Amino acid sequence: MAEPTPKQILLDPLINKNPIALQILGLCSALAVTVKLETTLVMAIAVTLVTGCSSAAISVIRSEIPSSIRIIVQMTIIASMVIMVDQILQAFTPELSRQLSVFVGLIITNCIVMGRAEAFAMKNGPLLSFMDGIGNGLGYGFILILVGCFRELLGSGKLFGMNILTPATEGGWYQTNGLMLIAPSAFFLIGLIIWVIRTIKPEQVEAE
Amino acid sequence: MENYVNIFISAIFTKNLALSLFLGMCTFLAVSKNVKTAMGLGVAVTVIQAITVPANNLLFQYLLKPGALSWTGIESLAEQDLMFVGLICYIGVIAAMVQILEMALDKYFPALFNALGIFLPLITVNCAILGGTLLMVEEKMNFGESVVYGFSSGMGWALAIVCLAGIREKMKYSDVPAGLRGLGITFITVGLMALAFQTFSVIKF
Repeated sequence: MAEPTPKQILLDPLINKNPIALQILGLCSALAVTVKLETTLVMAIAVTLVTGCSSAAISVIRSEIPSSIRIIVQMTIIASMVIMVDQILQAFTPELSRQLSVFVGLIITNCIVMGRAEAFAMKNGPLLSFMDGIGNGLGYGFILILVGCFRELLGSGKLFGMNILTPATEGGWYQTNGLMLIAPSAFFLIGLIIWVIRTIKPEQVEAE
Repeated sequence: MENYVNIFISAIFTKNLALSLFLGMCTFLAVSKNVKTAMGLGVAVTVIQAITVPANNLLFQYLLKPGALSWTGIESLAEQDLMFVGLICYIGVIAAMVQILEMALDKYFPALFNALGIFLPLITVNCAILGGTLLMVEEKMNFGESVVYGFSSGMGWALAIVCLAGIREKMKYSDVPAGLRGLGITFITVGLMALAFQTFSVIKF
């Protein structure tokens, strides 16, 4: 197989190897933070940065890490990145930080970060690993934002807190869909997104 | 006493880690193909959860929270707030506990160790474990509450994964549209299960 170019590494995870739809990585936070587009966007950016930076950092010291304790070393690096993100959020956007509550901390155990560190950064150079991390973060963000759009638009008729479909309760015509505000709707949406992706790309369909 | 029962019930049903807080989803979806392995993983998670949540609670109460160091009697430490290193400490405790449990099981209960196999190390990166700890910190539980919460939240997670595995085993015989096969239909099943669990949220004591 030909050596993948940096561009491929960056763009592949968006649709072709999407971390959520195909690799089953990083679902936990995908479901809980997508009620509103604003929190979704912050979460997507945070995960992208953490994945990119920690992959690069781990890749720099990859030949120095003894394999028996590599998980703890990776964890420590990832945890320090996440603490930085957490502190920055608390300092500049305390309101958002409160809404995201424990989910910022949970980026540590987000399998995307760990999975990419283990599968890619341990074997490749810092630049490529950084690209790979960013790419996977974007792929994650893409699904997250898609789900967030649908949930906020259908659930409360808004995008970024601005009225798009004026809800009936405020004198408009749109009857808000309460199902979209509760968490299970995220499952249905992701299930449907997977269906769409796999219909377009039949090679991703799982064999019986 | 009433308080403890309340925590127990709510951690299993109303605030189920897997089905209403959506933690530990990656393993939840990946390892629920058959009931037997799901059971093994469920037991492992319950055990680790029951150990790490109280352990992290002690860490939180006597080391990290603002003013926690006052027991040392050193004046300059009394006001210290170490919450910002919390995440590293918690994950360190979890990783260490998993490692210790793995070694202890290997030595004293080899049968159980073999049954759990690969799942033990995987638990370190299961968000349900760290999530349980973080929620415990957020609620500022005391030690007794954290023991109950650790155990029951692990049980809730185990219950959910065993249920899902049961459904997926039956689903092998259904005729699912090609694009939904596997992961897609599992998502939708979990969504329906979560919806069902929402009905528990009206339980109050």
